[in-house]
Amino acid sequence: MLRDITLGQYYQTESVIHKLDPRVKLVATIVFIITLFLINNFIGYIIAAVFLACMVKLSKVPFRFMVKGMKSIVFLLMIAVVFNLFLTPGEPLFSFWRLTVTKEGLKLAVMMAIRLVFLIIGSSLMTLTTTPNNLTDGMEKLLSPLKRLHVPVHEVSMMMSIALRFIPILLEETDKIMKAQIARGADFESGNLIKKAKSLVPLLVPLFISAFRRANDLAMAMEARCYRGGEHRTKMKPLIYQKRDRAAYGVLFAYAAVCIYFGRIFTI
Amino acid sequence: MAIILNHVSHIYEEGTSMEAAALKDVSLAIPDGQFIGLIGHTGSGKSTLVQHLNGLMKPTSGNIFYNGADIHEEGYNKKELRSKVGLVFQYPEHQLFEIDVFSDVCFGPKNMGLDEKEVQLRAYAALKQVGLEDDYFYQSPFDLSGGQKRRVAIAGVLAMKPEVLILDEPTAGLDPKGRDEILDRIAALRKETGITVILVSHSMDDVAKYVDRIVVMNQGGVMYDDEPKKVFRYYKELEAVGLAAPQVTYIMHALKEKGYPVNTDAITIEEAKDEILKALGMKS
Repeated sequence: MLRDITLGQYYQTESVIHKLDPRVKLVATIVFIITLFLINNFIGYIIAAVFLACMVKLSKVPFRFMVKGMKSIVFLLMIAVVFNLFLTPGEPLFSFWRLTVTKEGLKLAVMMAIRLVFLIIGSSLMTLTTTPNNLTDGMEKLLSPLKRLHVPVHEVSMMMSIALRFIPILLEETDKIMKAQIARGADFESGNLIKKAKSLVPLLVPLFISAFRRANDLAMAMEARCYRGGEHRTKMKPLIYQKRDRAAYGVLFAYAAVCIYFGRIFTI
Repeated sequence: MAIILNHVSHIYEEGTSMEAAALKDVSLAIPDGQFIGLIGHTGSGKSTLVQHLNGLMKPTSGNIFYNGADIHEEGYNKKELRSKVGLVFQYPEHQLFEIDVFSDVCFGPKNMGLDEKEVQLRAYAALKQVGLEDDYFYQSPFDLSGGQKRRVAIAGVLAMKPEVLILDEPTAGLDPKGRDEILDRIAALRKETGITVILVSHSMDDVAKYVDRIVVMNQGGVMYDDEPKKVFRYYKELEAVGLAAPQVTYIMHALKEKGYPVNTDAITIEEAKDEILKALGMKS
């Protein structure tokens, strides 16, 4: 029922991408997104597409898993495309009623659509190949210089990892409560907006109660194991760069250089 | 014949690396009025199976018939089916949401579209059936004890007056007293109303005393399906799949090995007592 949300859901398999250090994947995702927004011609997008396709292939995650995550942004995508299409001033291509489609608008809309789609696929690739724990570990390590500025890096990353960890649990819980209420004749689908909103009460109340109960239990369990923040905390598996991680950085920066060169500076 | 399962299979996440068959070619016939124990260890597919019986889950292959009609046929009234086949989930107290016990029990019958008076009558009757005292009716369900909450949740399903009552591990997490209370209530209820009851459990001791028939599930398939005493004859095989026969069965087998002329088919403590006294040449 609620299983089609990919963001934050790890896909278990053996691949080079899965084995990479989470820091590499984080940096790669950020660099990839930056290149997406720096590119302004189609050669650049072709390079980005090829790079992304190679990474998807290497990750061994079925492509449809990434497309699943896209469903949630269809609406945003439509807005971006429609607004860019009609509201960009420039050389008119054709017009109907009061709306005019310009050449620049068309180009911008297509680019925006490509950017958003690539962005989602790129970041889903990271979350699909990295366990939430690894991801926040990587984030903590990457941001650790900020500790000097008294930014609570450890606490923030702990909160994030807990939040991420709880997404599948709460989804499962929602599924269970939903089924239990459906078994008692609840109807979550029919009716108008107000009726639908009302029908969510039997779902939301138990869900909140269970979330609070879980939070309480978790806090207790952490305290029982003497958790008291990041000070002097060591890790069982500290992140250390391997050979393949360095190689990955090499590939990444080679991609970024080529992509930016052809996508921005180079013009035919 | 009330419920018939015809070669039902269910595969989770078909076509991914997480693919797992939860049910493998299960065929069962559940006649009206039977008291069935559905036994299996964690992950044997018993919870998946019961969710198929009221149409919450759709089999990946096979058919399910309720009173002769295929429940997944187009136009079949699933809502009505769910009021006829009442399913009480594991930890049903986690589904309570209303401000007081009585309104929570009203939720089911209200969803059936009954008029207010009938709804309240049914809620009252259901709360009486599970043995909850009137004092608790207008308290918040969250203030009750674990066992009371569970009884309220069971009443919530009973208020729909189901023809078949399915309870998924109704005793999980309860103390021995709470467990016996719930099971005795269910047995009494069945005697009064004659409804079909399917009791899902992993404990043979829980069900041995009450049920007419035991269905043992293992790895998504039906392993044994027979009267309790016949199923318990396979106690060694049951152990091999992570289950156990009732403790009484072990005692009787141990006594038999020592040469006492006891009948190893005794299931309950009473039967065992009679057998042992008989073997010792005394009358009970």
